[in-house]
Amino acid sequence: MTDFYGVSLPTRLMLGTAQYPSPEILQRAIKASNASVATVSLRREGVGGRGFHDLLAGLNLRILPNTAGCHSAREAVTTAQMARDLFETNWIKLEVIGDNDSLQPDPFGLLEAAERLCALGFEVFPYTTEDLVLCERLVEAGCQVLMPWGAPIGSGLGLNNEYGLRSLRQRFADIRLVIDAGIGVPSHAARAMELGFDAVLLNTAVARCGDPVAMATAFASAIDAGHKAFEAIPFEPRDMAVPSTPVIGKAFLG
Amino acid sequence: MTIFLNGEPVEVTSDCLADILRELGYGESKVATAINESFVATSERSRHIVAAGDRLEVLTAMQGG
Repeated sequence: MTDFYGVSLPTRLMLGTAQYPSPEILQRAIKASNASVATVSLRREGVGGRGFHDLLAGLNLRILPNTAGCHSAREAVTTAQMARDLFETNWIKLEVIGDNDSLQPDPFGLLEAAERLCALGFEVFPYTTEDLVLCERLVEAGCQVLMPWGAPIGSGLGLNNEYGLRSLRQRFADIRLVIDAGIGVPSHAARAMELGFDAVLLNTAVARCGDPVAMATAFASAIDAGHKAFEAIPFEPRDMAVPSTPVIGKAFLG
Repeated sequence: MTIFLNGEPVEVTSDCLADILRELGYGESKVATAINESFVATSERSRHIVAAGDRLEVLTAMQGG
């Protein structure tokens, strides 16, 4: 099984914990999804609120804290330091947002934050565009995982630039690649796995659908199917038809 | 003295961050802290002296994607 910074994960789904109809549905959906990792955020605390912390402890998953909502490298680095203090993990999902409408990562702030965090001993999961050069720089900074977007966060549009994502997979054979954001339905996740991605990270597609628990099960199946298909080495598509039924031995009937 | 807790003014009597957190009711809570936009580790709180007007952020785990 593929390892992420030395941690071998039993499944290839990372699931967000936001926007579920209730904490109970969140718990059931996570179990049904068979996810290995749950993403969480840090937000201002009122006195005494322990509910979510206790819920997380009960899930028995790897926790991947994020820097969601950060718009500068400085803000993201400080948030990451606070997350490490709170969750006692070097893992950080690094988000540095550059555009409020598309929630597109700011490539310059992202690289600056990644360099600083890697130097501080963090194990960085950068949420990035599929830009090949930016991804090279992130790897040079010390990232062993890249998380290119499929499409804007929460859009459900799937894999907008399959060519770009395929190129990343070919270029970074030794880097863990996770599709993060834009997944809308299980077929998108299956496609990501067929392309050879190591995992997918999603949230809205499960949390905001009609039946999160059923959808979580569907994603688990799709990811498994997609990865098995990748391992089976799909044949190359071609433009012309080729008969699958043998021509030899066909009767002459007219 | 008055400091700002998560953006709101509050009165505290202690000056050490660890004592201030206890005073504000965060005694046993799992929280992460920053003062004036700089991270202060749990292990540093008993040594960190807070001044009037300082901006204290107290964060905890929340749902996230």
